[in-house]
Amino acid sequence: MAGRRNLRPWCRSGELTNQGRVCKRRVISASQDRMKRWARMKANCWMGKNSVQVEEVPDPKILNSRDAIVKISSTAICGSDLHLYNGFIPTMEKGDILGHEFMGEVVEVGNKVENLAAGDRVVVPFPISCGNCWSCQKGLFSVCENSNPNAWMAEEVYGHSPAGIYGYSHLLGGYAGGQAQYARVPYADVGPIKIPDGMPDEKVLFLSDVFPTGYMAAENCDIQPGDVIAVWGCGPVGQLAIKSAFLLGAERVIAIDRFPYRLNMAQVQGGAETLNYEEVDVLDALKEMTGGRGPDACIDAVGIEAHGTGLVGAYDRAKQAVRVETDRPFVLREAIRACRNGGTVSVPGVYSGFVDKVPFGSAMNRGLTIKTGQTHVQRYLRPLLERIQNGEIDPSFIVTHRLPLEDAPRGYEIFKNKLEDCVKVVLKPQAA
Amino acid sequence: MDEDRLANGLGWFSLGLGLAQVAAPRSLSRMIGVEDTSGSRTVMRSVGVRELTSGAGILGQPMPVGWVWGRVAGDAMDLTLLGAELTSDTTERDRVTMALASVVGVTILDVMCALQYRRRVAGLDARMSNNHGKEVKKSVTVNRPQEEVYRFWHDFRNLPRFARHLVSVQVTGDRRSHWKAKAPAGMTVEWDAEVVTDRPNELIAWRSLPGAAVENAGAVRFVRAPGGRGTEVHVELQYNPPGGTIGATVAKLLGEEPGRQVEDDLRAFKEVLETGEVIQSEASAKHGGPAQPPAMVPQR
Repeated sequence: MAGRRNLRPWCRSGELTNQGRVCKRRVISASQDRMKRWARMKANCWMGKNSVQVEEVPDPKILNSRDAIVKISSTAICGSDLHLYNGFIPTMEKGDILGHEFMGEVVEVGNKVENLAAGDRVVVPFPISCGNCWSCQKGLFSVCENSNPNAWMAEEVYGHSPAGIYGYSHLLGGYAGGQAQYARVPYADVGPIKIPDGMPDEKVLFLSDVFPTGYMAAENCDIQPGDVIAVWGCGPVGQLAIKSAFLLGAERVIAIDRFPYRLNMAQVQGGAETLNYEEVDVLDALKEMTGGRGPDACIDAVGIEAHGTGLVGAYDRAKQAVRVETDRPFVLREAIRACRNGGTVSVPGVYSGFVDKVPFGSAMNRGLTIKTGQTHVQRYLRPLLERIQNGEIDPSFIVTHRLPLEDAPRGYEIFKNKLEDCVKVVLKPQAA
Repeated sequence: MDEDRLANGLGWFSLGLGLAQVAAPRSLSRMIGVEDTSGSRTVMRSVGVRELTSGAGILGQPMPVGWVWGRVAGDAMDLTLLGAELTSDTTERDRVTMALASVVGVTILDVMCALQYRRRVAGLDARMSNNHGKEVKKSVTVNRPQEEVYRFWHDFRNLPRFARHLVSVQVTGDRRSHWKAKAPAGMTVEWDAEVVTDRPNELIAWRSLPGAAVENAGAVRFVRAPGGRGTEVHVELQYNPPGGTIGATVAKLLGEEPGRQVEDDLRAFKEVLETGEVIQSEASAKHGGPAQPPAMVPQR
């Protein structure tokens, strides 16, 4: 079968495999632990609703000739991991390794990877993209046509399949995730970006997901001089969307959340004006703050687990409980209604299924543009790394917790319940 | 006459008649001029059950060929029974004759219907399409030039690289090839095929040679995709699954549904041409290939 590596795990480069061919694996790294092919590693595994456990699992292997194996130095928990944790995403299986925000050192490459070598320090983008299909060539990396081996499954649900993603259910490929000590990176010649020396992990780790996500969300607003942008959700993506909006020329950014510590971060770090939706009526406030016009663009950085208040919130939660509705679009409804006529609603927040009672009439009759999508991370890696190097932004401000990989379950708990003023949890897998 | 409408009418007629025969055997016997005894009532009821069964059978299926022939057999039985009644002393001749005439009329309708179905089935078999043959049409767009895509498919030995159900293809002559494929339940099936049409960069059509275990014919068209998107590949396959419709249903249960297989194969074809190989995830590698649709029996 094309791309199948040899089956004798302990052969070295240049030796004969048990199939009589010459082993083409370029094992250049001298890392002690990688030489023991039967080694096992620690990984954070999904065990069911509200349950993750750090287990010992086999080391990842090269499966295709454009693969690389990365020894992970830092990895983060994403807000969308919480959707998996809370049981909102279907096709998860017990034991699946989670995590799609990771970086580290290349320790092994498949024989068709030319641009990387062992020892390179890389950040890995979360969408898995082949680089050869029409979508990848057009810069639409998160809808790569080739990278989901379970494309038939996604097609049944979505009509067509998007790209595969690390550690994000079997619908999106069944790939092992990066909350682990090692990960296998497919299409390593397209994805990972090499990081120059002298940059600490936390400064660049978020190139893997949340920084490009916040940036693309702001870019999708098509910001013009004088624009006022409203951002729902002051988690990591919201924080970086606020910063990105200013980088892209917004006049004002209004941040909306219910946790004072997060609103505080948005104000102090991001320069945003803040609204606590448990204290004020957001729609009224936004109108008042914009001279009656409404924000020029609205960013929904919350997604399917929107915390809705009042009767509508109760309605959504009830429908979700009996599975009549899969997603709770509380924020989406507000963002559409608030947006000024002819404005843009930008949706980086993750949605998974079907939403109920979306005011599409408001969107249609007032000429709104709705832009959404999983981030085309590969497109933004170089430009955003440059901005970090120029000192325009340091994304590490969102990190509030650093834990060893073994403490991942606690990390999920404090992140989910917003304990200890948690905004972003970074896990260190090599601490063991 | 539209045989489906006729069959439908006959089905409802059977149901109605059967119901009457089971529920009111006495009145019906009187109506057709047969003496009402406990024996005749039993016969009437049994005939009623038979009618109900045929009615259900006919109405329950899209092409109830067998059931309509069943009706004809039932009619023959009725004619025999009524004929016997004619010789009996206690019957009312006129009424029995009327009943006989009606049964003859219905028999004619049944036979007409059955014959028309038979003609249709023969036509289907000849064309290898519709309910007994299977047809599959799928397409994919490959981001490679038309010539490259055509050339890759034209060398049939390349096909097993992406068509997972194909074990091997050998070229045995100028237009001839020998194919070996996996069949449901772990078996293999082999056949010879010849290329019927070969328009370079546009169309390849082939069909299996007589004597093939699974008769099949297919065509693949290559069309330039608009806007520089590459090449559209349109595949049409017709085949007769071994075991007819029942075989196809069993295969479907086992997860070997051909539409899905062709889709998977075309996806893999696109991947091999665009990226050089078929990508595996940890989960798909564990299952020995990308995850298959849920099946009651493990497949590969």
